Amino acid sequence: MKLNGAQILLECLLREKVKVIFGYPGGSVLDVYNALYDSKIKHILVRHEQGAVHAADGYARVSGDVGVCLVTSGPGATNTVTGLATAYMDSIPVVVLTGQVPTRLIGNDAFQEADIVGITRPCTKHNYLVRNAKELPGVIKEAFYIARSGRPGPVLVDLPKDILGKTMDFQFSDKVNIKGYKPTYKGNRRQITRALEEILQAKKPVIYAGGGVILANASNELSKLAKALKIPVTMTLMGLGCFPGAHPLSLGMLGMHGTYSANMAVTNCDLLIGIGARFDDRVTGDLNAFAASAKIIHVDIDPTSISKNIKVDIPIVGNARDILKEFLEDIGSKKVKMSARKQWLDEIDSWKSKHSLAYKMDKTIKPQFVIEKIYEITKGKSIIATEVGQNQMWSAQYFTFDKPRKFLTSGGLGTMGYGFPAAIGAQVADPKATVIDIAGDGSIQMNIQELATAVQYNLPVKIAILNNYSLGMVRQWQQLFYKKRYSHSTFEKHPDFVKLAEAYGAAGLRATKPDEVGPVIRKALSIPKPVIIEFIVEQEECVYPMVPAGAPISKMLLL
Amino acid sequence: MRHTISVLVDNKPGVLARVAGLFSGRGFNIESLSVNETLDPSMSQMTIITRGDDRILEQINKQLNKLIDVIKVIDFQSGECRFIGRELALIKVNVGDHRRAEILSIIDIFRGKVVDVSRNHYTVEVTGDEEKIGAIIDLFKPIGIKEIVRTGTATLPRENKPE
Repeated sequence: MKLNGAQILLECLLREKVKVIFGYPGGSVLDVYNALYDSKIKHILVRHEQGAVHAADGYARVSGDVGVCLVTSGPGATNTVTGLATAYMDSIPVVVLTGQVPTRLIGNDAFQEADIVGITRPCTKHNYLVRNAKELPGVIKEAFYIARSGRPGPVLVDLPKDILGKTMDFQFSDKVNIKGYKPTYKGNRRQITRALEEILQAKKPVIYAGGGVILANASNELSKLAKALKIPVTMTLMGLGCFPGAHPLSLGMLGMHGTYSANMAVTNCDLLIGIGARFDDRVTGDLNAFAASAKIIHVDIDPTSISKNIKVDIPIVGNARDILKEFLEDIGSKKVKMSARKQWLDEIDSWKSKHSLAYKMDKTIKPQFVIEKIYEITKGKSIIATEVGQNQMWSAQYFTFDKPRKFLTSGGLGTMGYGFPAAIGAQVADPKATVIDIAGDGSIQMNIQELATAVQYNLPVKIAILNNYSLGMVRQWQQLFYKKRYSHSTFEKHPDFVKLAEAYGAAGLRATKPDEVGPVIRKALSIPKPVIIEFIVEQEECVYPMVPAGAPISKMLLL
Repeated sequence: MRHTISVLVDNKPGVLARVAGLFSGRGFNIESLSVNETLDPSMSQMTIITRGDDRILEQINKQLNKLIDVIKVIDFQSGECRFIGRELALIKVNVGDHRRAEILSIIDIFRGKVVDVSRNHYTVEVTGDEEKIGAIIDLFKPIGIKEIVRTGTATLPRENKPE
C-alpha cells in the first residue's frame, strides 16, 4: 500500500486506537491536516497549543487511554512545553506530535524552526526526531508503548515536513523491542512476603496512596486490602479518589494542606505503606520528622522514586495492581478484627474529632462553601478539574472523591491554566459527565481562550471562578510569612466574567451572597452549554490547615 | 566518594545530551567522561567518573537506568567489581635549553613517548590510570607545560578475579 508520511501517521494512530486529537494546524503539519480531512479520527481545534496538551492530558486522566496532541513546528511546538512538563510530573500518558521544518533545513535557523527534541528532553519520558521516513511506523508504535507502559508519561515525536509528504510503502510495525526499556510489573515475591508480615504485625499501620494507584487502576484492590485489614488510608493530592473519601477508614489528604488526622496518623504510625506515591516535599514536610518511628514499605513502578527522599525499609518495584493482588491472594480469608485495631482507630478518631477542615460562614461567600455546595448538588458525581492555588486545595479538601479518575489537577508542576483545558479533554472523553473546572480569578485567565473551543464543540463544561480579586495562595503566603506585604498579588482590574462568557457564546452567571450560591449552581447545571459561574468570595480567606514549608507535618496551623 | 560508572547506551544522536542533561538537571557532577562505539556499532560505551554519597550514587544509577536509551549501567565501586581504567594524555612540555635529557628520562620512567618535536617543545603521549597521568603532570609542571589534553578514563571490568 502506497501512502504518504502523513497518511501513514494517521494509519498508525488508528491502530493505536486513537479516537481524538487535540491540535492546532500550521505550515509544517499541513500534510497531516490534509490527511485528517478524510480521517475517522476526530480533531478538536483548540485556541492555543498549551490548551491542546492539557486537554489531551485531561482526556487521558479520565479515559485511561493515551491523549494525543498535534501541533506545528517552532512556536506551535514550544507552546506545548508547559503541557508536557505538567503531564511528565503527574505521569500522564500523552503523545505530542510536532511538525518540524524539512530535514534538509534542520539546524539552519529556518522559519518556525525550534529544536523541540532538545528543548523537551528533560520534560518528556522520551522523545524522537524522525530522521527517515521508514522509521515512522516504528517510532509511533514505540511512542505509544512508552507513553502508556511502566510509569506513564508524555512522549514527543518531531516530524519533519518532507517525511510527512513522502510517499512510500506502508509497513506497519507490530512489535516493540526496546533494549533499554523493560518496565517491571511483577513485584519481587520475597519482598511481598516480607511486607505482608510487617503489615500483619503492625499495630498502627497507615496506607499512603498516590496517583500511581489510579494510573495502575488499582483502586479496587487497594480498597479491598484496606478494608480487610482495617488500615486507615491517606491520599496524596494525585491519589484522591483511589479510596472512597467518605469511608470511615479514609483520612483524606495528607501534607501541607492535609487533614489533621492524616498528618497525625502518618507522624505516629508504626508502619507506613506507600503505594504509587513519591514522598514529595509537599507531602513530607520536614523529612526527619516524617513517619519517624515507622517502618516504611514502598510500592512503586519507578525505582527512582524509591529511597529518593526517605529511606525505605521494604521496597517493592512493580505495578500497584499486580502487587496488591498478590497481597490479597496471600491474605486469603484472613481478616483483621475491628477489635485488634480499636486502639489505633480510636486514636485516629480523636484526631478526626478536631475537624480540621472548617470555616466560618459570613455575609460574604466563603470559597469552601461553594465547593461543598457543588459537591452536594452534583451528589459528588461530577468530574472536577482545578487550576492551581487556593482553588485547588479547597477542591481537594471540600469535595469528597469516592472514585478514581474524577479529579484532574496539576499536582506536580502546579500549572495555572491547566484546569479548564483539562476539563475540555475530560468532557470529550466522557460526554455525558458533568465536568466542572474550579478556578481562581488568576488561573482562569491563563487559558480563558479555550472557551471558544468549548463553545464550538458544544462541550458544556462549567467553570466556577472563585473570585477573590487576588492570587489567593500568593497572597496567603504574603499574609502569613511576608508581613502582609501584598506585593503584586491583587488584581485591580478584571474583565466582567459574565459578559466575557456571553461574548464567547457561553453563558455567564454570578453570585455575590451565600444564599445565591446554591441556586446559581443549579441554574448553571441546567444550561446545556459552557457556563462561567463567578462567585465573588471573601478575599482574606486562607487555606487551612497549613504546614509551613519545611516544617514537620504534625506542626499544623489550624483555623 | 568517587565512582567510575560504565554505561552501555544506544548509539543514536542525542543520547549523550540525555545523559549529560540528567546529570546537570539533577545537580550531579561529571568529573570525567568518555564515549566510544562498541564492537556492536548500534551501541556505545560511556565511562563516567562522578562523586557523591551512597544516596546520590543510588539515584544516579537508577536515573541512568530510567533513560530509555540506556541499556546497562555498572558502578565499578558498588559491587567490589575490579576494573581497569586508562586514560591518555598529550602534554606539550617546554624543553628550554638544558632540560631535554631530564624530560626524556621522565618520559622513559612513565613509559611515555615523544610524538612531536619542535625547537622549544616536546609533545608527550602517555597512558595510564588517572594517578599516573597526574604524577607525570606534576613532574612536568616545574619544567613548564604549554598545553595539555586528556581523554577521560576508559574502563573495562577485569575478567579473572585473583584468588
